Amino acid sequence: MLTNLRRALLLCLIFLAVLGLAYPLAGTGVSMLFFRHQAEGSFVSYGSDVVGSTLIGQRWPGPKWFQGRPDGYLLTNSQGQVVVSGTAQMGPRSKALERFVAQQAARLKSEGINHPTADLVTNSASLVDPDISQAGADAQVPAVAKANHLPQTVLYRLVRSQLHGRQLGFLGAPYIDVLDLNLALARLVRP
Amino acid sequence: MGYFWTLVALVAVLGLAWRYLGSYMEAVFAGRVRFLAWAERPLYWALGVDPGAEQSWSRYAGALIIFSGAAILITYTIQRVQGSLPFNPQHLGAVTPALSWNTAVSFATNTNWQNYAGETTMSYFSQMAALAVQQFVSAAVGIAVAVALVRGFARRNSPTIGNFWVDITRCIFYILLPISFLGGIIFVAQGAVQTLAGPETVHNLLDGATQVIARGPVAFMESIKQLGTNGGGYFNANGAHPFEDPTGLTNFLSYALVLSIPFSLTYTFGKIVGNLRQGLALLAAMVIIFGTWVGFSSYAESQPNPAVAAAHVVTQPAGNIEGKEVRFGPMPTTLYDIASTQTSTGSVSGANDSFNPMGGFGLITGMMLGEVTPGGVGSGLYTILLFAIVTVFIGGLMIGRTPEYLGKKVQAKEMKLAAFGVLVMPVTVLVLTGIAVSVHAGRAAIGNGGPHGFTEILYAYVSQTNNNGSAFAGLSGNTAFYNVTGGIAMLLGRFAIIVPSLALAGALATKGTVASNIGTFRTDTPLFVGLLIGVILIIGGLTFFPAVSLGPVVEQLSKGLF
Repeated sequence: MLTNLRRALLLCLIFLAVLGLAYPLAGTGVSMLFFRHQAEGSFVSYGSDVVGSTLIGQRWPGPKWFQGRPDGYLLTNSQGQVVVSGTAQMGPRSKALERFVAQQAARLKSEGINHPTADLVTNSASLVDPDISQAGADAQVPAVAKANHLPQTVLYRLVRSQLHGRQLGFLGAPYIDVLDLNLALARLVRP
Repeated sequence: MGYFWTLVALVAVLGLAWRYLGSYMEAVFAGRVRFLAWAERPLYWALGVDPGAEQSWSRYAGALIIFSGAAILITYTIQRVQGSLPFNPQHLGAVTPALSWNTAVSFATNTNWQNYAGETTMSYFSQMAALAVQQFVSAAVGIAVAVALVRGFARRNSPTIGNFWVDITRCIFYILLPISFLGGIIFVAQGAVQTLAGPETVHNLLDGATQVIARGPVAFMESIKQLGTNGGGYFNANGAHPFEDPTGLTNFLSYALVLSIPFSLTYTFGKIVGNLRQGLALLAAMVIIFGTWVGFSSYAESQPNPAVAAAHVVTQPAGNIEGKEVRFGPMPTTLYDIASTQTSTGSVSGANDSFNPMGGFGLITGMMLGEVTPGGVGSGLYTILLFAIVTVFIGGLMIGRTPEYLGKKVQAKEMKLAAFGVLVMPVTVLVLTGIAVSVHAGRAAIGNGGPHGFTEILYAYVSQTNNNGSAFAGLSGNTAFYNVTGGIAMLLGRFAIIVPSLALAGALATKGTVASNIGTFRTDTPLFVGLLIGVILIIGGLTFFPAVSLGPVVEQLSKGLF
C-alpha cells in the first residue's frame, strides 16, 4: 500500500515532467521553427497594420464590407478581456432561435441584403467562425457594390477568387474567409 | 459527394490502423518493442518495480486505484495553486474547490467533462501539466485494463495478469506519445496555435474593431485529446474553435485519431488470444452499429433546422448549419460528433444542443449503448467483452449448454461480474437523473424549455457516467450540485466497471481451457455478431427507452416550438 503510494506519486511527477512540460515545450519549439505564422495565430496585415487572424471572425459593419456570421462580434470590442468562445446554443425547436433568425434577416435587409443565406442568419458553434459560404458572399454583392461604387461583376469575380475548395478535393466544405475577402476588397477600393 | 469520399478515406485509414497499429500494440504489451528500453530501465529502477514480475488481479487493481487517486490529487492541487505557478500570462487565479474536484476526476477518468471555459479559467501550466498529462495517463490506464482482461482470456492456469506499472509506462511511451507528437505537428501546420505567449490584442483600422484573441499551447494537446479519446478542449468551443480545429483536414485527422485505437484494439485482442477471427467478430459488431448511427444522424443533420425554417426568411439547402462551422459543413460535423460520442471522447466540432432532434437522438443513444461501438481507448474493448460474455450466456441458455467464450467456461462468478459491469452505467444514470429532475438545484440549471431541458439533464449524466464528457450544453453545470453528483457519476462509471473487469481477468486467467467440439457455440461467426449486436441494443434500449421517450422523441414528434 505505502510502496504503491510512493510509486504512484513518483510516477505522476515523472509524467508531469515528461508529458506536461517536455512534450508541449518540444512541440512549441518545433512549431516556432517550422510553422511560426500558424503557431502564433495566423495573423495578417494590411499595409503595416495587423488587422486580425484569418481564423477568428470579426464584426464587419455593412454594407461597405462583406459581413461574416452574426456571431462575429463576440471577440470584438471586448474591452481588453478574453471572451469565452462557443456559448450561445439554442435548441432546434427553440422560439429564441426563430426570433434570432428573424432579427438577423431584418438587420441584413435594412442594409440592402434582401436574400441572405442560412449561414448569414445563424450562429456558428465556435461563435468565432471566420468563414461564410460562397452563396452567402454572393448574396451581399449588390449591397457592397452599391456602397463602394463598384460594378457587381467585379465583386462576383472577387468572391470567386477567394473561394477555398474542399481540402484535397473532398474534405470539409467550400468556404470564403471573410477577412481575406475584405482585404482583397480594400485593395480594390483604395489601391 | 465530398462526404462520400470522406467516408471512403476514413475506412481506408482505419483499415490500415486496425492491421498495423493493432499488431504493433500487441507487440508493445508483449514486451517485444524495446527501442526505448534505455529510458524504461532507470524509470522502473526509480519506482522499485521489477518489470519481469507480474501481479495478481487484486494487486493490479490496487495499484491502478492508488495511481488514479494520486493523479486526481495532483491534478486538483495544480488547479488550486495555478495562480502561483509559471506559464500564466493571463494571471488567472485559483480554480474553486468544487470545480477543481470535478475537473480532476473528469480528466483522471478519461471523461473530460468540462464545467469551465478553458480560455478564461485554466492557466497554460494547468492545461499542459495537469489536464493534458491526464489525457495521456487516463488513456493508458484504460488500455492497460483492456489488455489485462484479454490476457485473462489468453492464459491458462495463471495466477497473474500483467504488471500495471509496466503496462501504462509502455503504453504511453511507445504508443500515445509518438503518435501525439506527429499529430500535433499536422495540427499546428494547418493553423492550430501552439505558443506560450499571452492573448493578442488586435486593432483593425479597416473595420474599427478591437479584438482580444486567446491563444495557448493548443495543437499538441489537441492530438492527445483525440488519440486518447479524452475530448477535453483547450477552448470552451472545443473542436469547433478554429485554433483547435482549423481545417477540413484537421477535422478528418480528429475523428481518425479518435477511432484508430478503439477499433485497432480488436486486432490486438485477436492476436493475443491467438485467433484473429474473434477480433474480427467484435470489430464487425462495432462497425455495424457505428455505421448505422453515422448514416442515420448524417441524414438528420442534412435536413433543415425546424426553428430556423419557422422564421421563413432563408432556405437551408445544405442542411442544419445553426451551431455548425462553415468550413466543415453539416455532415462532416455530424461524423465528428458521432465518432466522439461513441468513443467516450466527447469533443465536439458543432454545437450538439443545436442538432436536429433526431441528430441529438443519435448522439445521446450512441452513448447509452455503453460506449462499446467502438468505445473509448481500452474501455470500449473491456466493456464489449463484458457484453460478449452476456451474449454467450444467453446463447448457452438457448441451446442448454454451459456457455464458453474463447475456450473458457463462463460460470456463476464470471456471469455475476459481467452483469454487474454492464448494469453499473444505466443504474447510475437513471438514479442521478431522477434525483436531478426532482430537486430544485437540478432543475435550476436547465437552458432550454420543454423536452429539450430534460434531454440536457439526461445527457449530462449519460455523458459523465460513460466517461464521455461531451456536453449538450444549454445546461449550466458549474454548480455545487452538478459538480459533486457529476464527480460521483464519473468515478462509478470508471472504477465500478474497471474493478469487475480486472476481477474477471483474474478469474479467467486461473482457469484452464476446454477443447471446443461440435456442440460449442462459435463466437467468430455472423450468428454471434448478430446476437452480440442484439444484446447491446436490447440492454441499452430496454433501460433507456422510457427516458429517451421523454426527451428527443417527444421533441421530434411535437409540432410547435418551446
